[in-house]
Amino acid sequence: MVINMEEFEPKIVGFLCNWCSYAGADLAGTSRIQYPPNIRVIKVMCSGSVDSVYIMRALLEGADGVFIGGCHPGDCHYLDGNYKARRKSVLLKSILDTIGLEKERVWIRWVSASEGQKFADTIKEMTEEIKKLGPNPISKHWNI
Amino acid sequence: MKRIGVFVCHCGLNIADTVDIKKVVEDIGKHPNVAHVVDYTYMCSDPGQEMIKSAIVEKKLDGVIVAACTPTLHETTFRNAISSVGLNKYQFENANIREQCSWVHKDNKIATEKAIEIIKSIIEKLKLNQSLSAINIPVTRKALVIGGGISGMQAALDIANSGYEVVLVEKTSSIGGRMSQLSETFPTLDCASCILTPKTVEVGHHPNIKLLTYSEVEGVEGYLGNFKVKIRKKPAYVDWDKCTGCGICSEKCPTKISSEFERDMGTRKAIYIPFPQAVPKKPVIDSNHCIYFKTGKCKLCEKNCPIGAIDYDQKETTIEEEIGVILVATGFDLLPKESIGEYGYGKYQDVIDGLQFERLLSASGPTAGKIKRPSDGKIPKDIVFVQCVGSRDPEHGMPYCSKICCMYTAKHALLYKHAVHDGQAYVFYIDIRSGGKGYEEFVQKAVEDEKIIYLRGKVSRIFKDVGDDGKLIVWGVDTLTGKKIEIAADMVVLAMAAVPNKDTKELAKKLKISTDTYGFINEAHPKLRPVETLTAGIFLMGCAQAPKDIPETVAQASGAAARALTILSKSELEIDPLIAAVDEDICTGCGICLEVCAYNARKLHEIKKIAEVNEALCVGCGSCISACPSNASIHKNYTKEQILRMIEEVT
Ligand code: FES
Repeated sequence: MVINMEEFEPKIVGFLCNWCSYAGADLAGTSRIQYPPNIRVIKVMCSGSVDSVYIMRALLEGADGVFIGGCHPGDCHYLDGNYKARRKSVLLKSILDTIGLEKERVWIRWVSASEGQKFADTIKEMTEEIKKLGPNPISKHWNI
Repeated sequence: MKRIGVFVCHCGLNIADTVDIKKVVEDIGKHPNVAHVVDYTYMCSDPGQEMIKSAIVEKKLDGVIVAACTPTLHETTFRNAISSVGLNKYQFENANIREQCSWVHKDNKIATEKAIEIIKSIIEKLKLNQSLSAINIPVTRKALVIGGGISGMQAALDIANSGYEVVLVEKTSSIGGRMSQLSETFPTLDCASCILTPKTVEVGHHPNIKLLTYSEVEGVEGYLGNFKVKIRKKPAYVDWDKCTGCGICSEKCPTKISSEFERDMGTRKAIYIPFPQAVPKKPVIDSNHCIYFKTGKCKLCEKNCPIGAIDYDQKETTIEEEIGVILVATGFDLLPKESIGEYGYGKYQDVIDGLQFERLLSASGPTAGKIKRPSDGKIPKDIVFVQCVGSRDPEHGMPYCSKICCMYTAKHALLYKHAVHDGQAYVFYIDIRSGGKGYEEFVQKAVEDEKIIYLRGKVSRIFKDVGDDGKLIVWGVDTLTGKKIEIAADMVVLAMAAVPNKDTKELAKKLKISTDTYGFINEAHPKLRPVETLTAGIFLMGCAQAPKDIPETVAQASGAAARALTILSKSELEIDPLIAAVDEDICTGCGICLEVCAYNARKLHEIKKIAEVNEALCVGCGSCISACPSNASIHKNYTKEQILRMIEEVT
């Protein structure tokens, strides 16, 4: 299958923690800050609850990128869930490496409830970066 | 199959402007699970809610989605609405198509598509939502306060005055804590005893307060609302029920030793009441120093006690209490002498710490309020105060600011000048932190009115002069002039860093609450939950949490009491059921969830050897779900299955 890079619109699955990043995304809305429509948000209680299986499944299902948004270090509503998320993401990225998927497809970022602009900017930046990376090679396979 | 009703809100034009509502309704209507779909201008309005309620009844819906604004705004409104017609609250979900869709995109087609996808992913979640009901746990309506200082007393009084029972445990024989050692308090200079005594007396007499002094918490079991606490009452060797506190025993006791209360500036007897205003005013025998306990002879106190209250055979007793909430107020200590060798503290008698100076200033202290230096009783004419000794000093392990020293040093210097008019006071400081009502004015007054010389810089060394005038040479530097300073002082007062009370760590272990690197107890959230610990039902206050002054301590204690009362005021607690559960068939009992749980909500079942969730402690963060290697951890209504289906839906 030939993909027209001009038209390639990546699909990003975003896991946002209920207390900070989801609220940050809401604030982007309340402030009417525009950002690319490429992200689909799944609200989780805490970034620490994001199972690596979720990320792998999203990638296997053809997501071109996975975004994990949590509270800033030290601000997690449940104290240290975001540290757990960060540790897990490091491990997961090494697995992605092993199977030949670019680890840049998985982003973990801290966005607070007051950072609507940062949320929008981050999604914009991620969409652009994933565009550069091109489509998820696994999903290409599946389309044969 | 679940019959879901989807209600699409226009939100005036907020959604309808960018999202093609008609298309959404059409598309969603085709979904096999959707039994009913309708749109309306304002779903959250009364007619909107009525629409939902009647649809639930008429269309026999067993799940409801409102596609509108963020769940933060109206989730509760809609949950209550659906439960009013008999549908379980947890069969409701919000699809956020405003904040996260119509407001952030301008393109009609794109926004419409996205809205549809959002709703569909929420349908996937709702399909598997369980009906849940709030978890109820019973509450023992009694509080335990650990520590009888100003914070512990304040909290105990607040709770007791609200009509609930309090057990107040204090390890020394009297309540009063650090504040009872102070002379006068900044910035108003009221005498500490005068404002403290009414409180200690009130605590001592309060019908709702069971005061256990000379006692320590031995062990704690249980959880929020249902703690079982073992308290060890140390033997006083005096029958306190008989004793009238007349004090004859102490008078007759031949053994004199250094007094802890006077911080070694004065003496006490082997049988003693720590200070005159002690509550309860009952003596204890210090068996380490008592001649009778050492040699088997003496018994002077027994012979002289007019009512036969002395009981050398008294044994330690253990008291068990059922408790609903625990408040920790273990207070602070000053960094021990040995820590800062270069200042000669512990080596030179006339280098003392701030609390020792308080005892010198105190009218009821060892010198009856006369400022006399310990070595020879002379009145010091040149006195040097050094701030930040150990504090703000990473090298000595305490990079934090002890917060109270700037103020109490200014007070010390000022009170010194009030007592020794022809004396000169010098203060070495890094900078002055005097935030607080009336604080800055207080410091300025000390500097201007009392001509206290403030020198900005650190002291490098304190040593004894070679001559025999007993002078202490203080070497320092004034960073404002860049000059080296040498002062021949008669006495030096060090504002030692405030550190947690030495027993705090051990107590924290018993309570299963965490401490920071310095040993202060951690609060649940530094900003939003400053008086709670991470363990539900355990609260903290005062200097056990961090150094703070009296007003702040009292405020925090009342805050902690108020939080504790939110639990005590109910006979049962309702807990949000969106928490963890265990699939007993798959759990292997590996125990990983026990390690990741920051709330001690997990434990292994003793017989079944599989993990359990303590519903009273679980907060539903989901850490254990993602950590469980065998998928046995379940997050209610956020199950892996639900999330995976949502992922499939959006990819
Ligand atoms: S709650 Fe936001 S990361 Fe844990």
